[in-house]
Amino acid sequence: MKVSEIVKILDAEILSTVENESQVNITMACGSDLMSDVLAFIKSESLLLTGLTTPQVVYTAENAGVNVVCFVRGKKPRGEIVDLAKEKEIVLLAAKNGMFECCGKLYKNGLIGCFEISKQKSLGSKI
Amino acid sequence: MSVVQGMKTMDPKVPSKTQELTYELKVKQVMRKNVTSLKPDSTMNEVRRILRDNKISGIPVVDGDKLVGIVTIEDLLICLHELGVRGIDEKVKSRMTKNVITVYSDEPIIRVVGKFEKTGYGRFPVVDRNKKKLVGIITKGDIIEGLLRKLEIDYLKEEIHTYRASHIFTDINSNGSTLILRYRIIGGEFTKAGEQTSKLRKNLLRLGFMPETIRRVAISAFEAEMNIVIYTTEGELIANIQPDKIMINAIDSGPGIPDVKKAMRPGYSTAPDWVRELGFGAGMGLPNIKSYSDEMTLESEVNKGTNLNFVVYTKK
Repeated sequence: MKVSEIVKILDAEILSTVENESQVNITMACGSDLMSDVLAFIKSESLLLTGLTTPQVVYTAENAGVNVVCFVRGKKPRGEIVDLAKEKEIVLLAAKNGMFECCGKLYKNGLIGCFEISKQKSLGSKI
Repeated sequence: MSVVQGMKTMDPKVPSKTQELTYELKVKQVMRKNVTSLKPDSTMNEVRRILRDNKISGIPVVDGDKLVGIVTIEDLLICLHELGVRGIDEKVKSRMTKNVITVYSDEPIIRVVGKFEKTGYGRFPVVDRNKKKLVGIITKGDIIEGLLRKLEIDYLKEEIHTYRASHIFTDINSNGSTLILRYRIIGGEFTKAGEQTSKLRKNLLRLGFMPETIRRVAISAFEAEMNIVIYTTEGELIANIQPDKIMINAIDSGPGIPDVKKAMRPGYSTAPDWVRELGFGAGMGLPNIKSYSDEMTLESEVNKGTNLNFVVYTKK
């Protein structure tokens, strides 16, 4: 799924983008406010939906290879966090809807969850 | 000409890269070597033909090996203007400039730039300092081209140097090299928590490790960094990097973990609520490190500190 599609489905605002945004392809998503949970299950090339707006969200995305983060419930991070995301080449979006609605809308439009993939590939996978 | 004027407008106190290069580069590195030359007895008709065929504006005149003059498009025009069509039969030696200003092949190009500025000429024949033999010709265009070429080479070298350090292990000759990188972490500094791992990750990318390997190291190191920031006053991440494995040692000076076995259990956490509000402290940190690394050991003593080690074997 392209960033533009996610923006359309969630009616989201783009807070920071990357040069090759149109080439960014999202294959799955993960919604959580617990970064350790995110790190445990999220895969590369995925979307992270979260209500947390700390710098650690950006670091989590960087380390886990997440290229798009969407803040839910109308939350927006501070300017320096947006700058950090730009530096790390991570797309930041802000959606007005809550976590449940955002996840539901994306799932209905065909985006699957990282946990689902994890189960498919056996939980013990190191990748 | 841009080279000359451009240098004048630059701040003289701070030499630019281009200015440095004009001292570094020698005439022989930028001059044109295969020079078309004429003999004193050649005719102005030959001058016309060579200028037209080679799209040049001046030709050195040599007697044997020795440079005796230079004949230019201007000399040809004046000759034709004065003598009309008969001008083409004139001998070069009667029309050429005899006191030719030359440059030496081993001179830095800054001197040539100065000479262009002073004389207003478009080209200088290049002679060998010892034998006084004509070895080439140099124009302002040749200087610009030479400078651009050198800048491009330097830029490429710098780019390779800056963005790829992957050759370090092959460059250093030993039976096994280890690169040790240390990152200090201050406890309680939440706005900066994650910064050290980010630096380590960037270096691993530069060292040319596979993305999958880097991801496993980065996630584990990030969890270790968060633990140090959340629970301790200070600590350090020490990365021992070898071509086939990356070992990370995360140490701190307290307070230590009372029950290491319990701490390893997924979901077990002693974190206060404010840590959970930051998205951590869900009891997944240590289990995460264990699952992303190939080997992990954890030693801890209450009030002394914690020593966490993990290894990720690299895939090449």
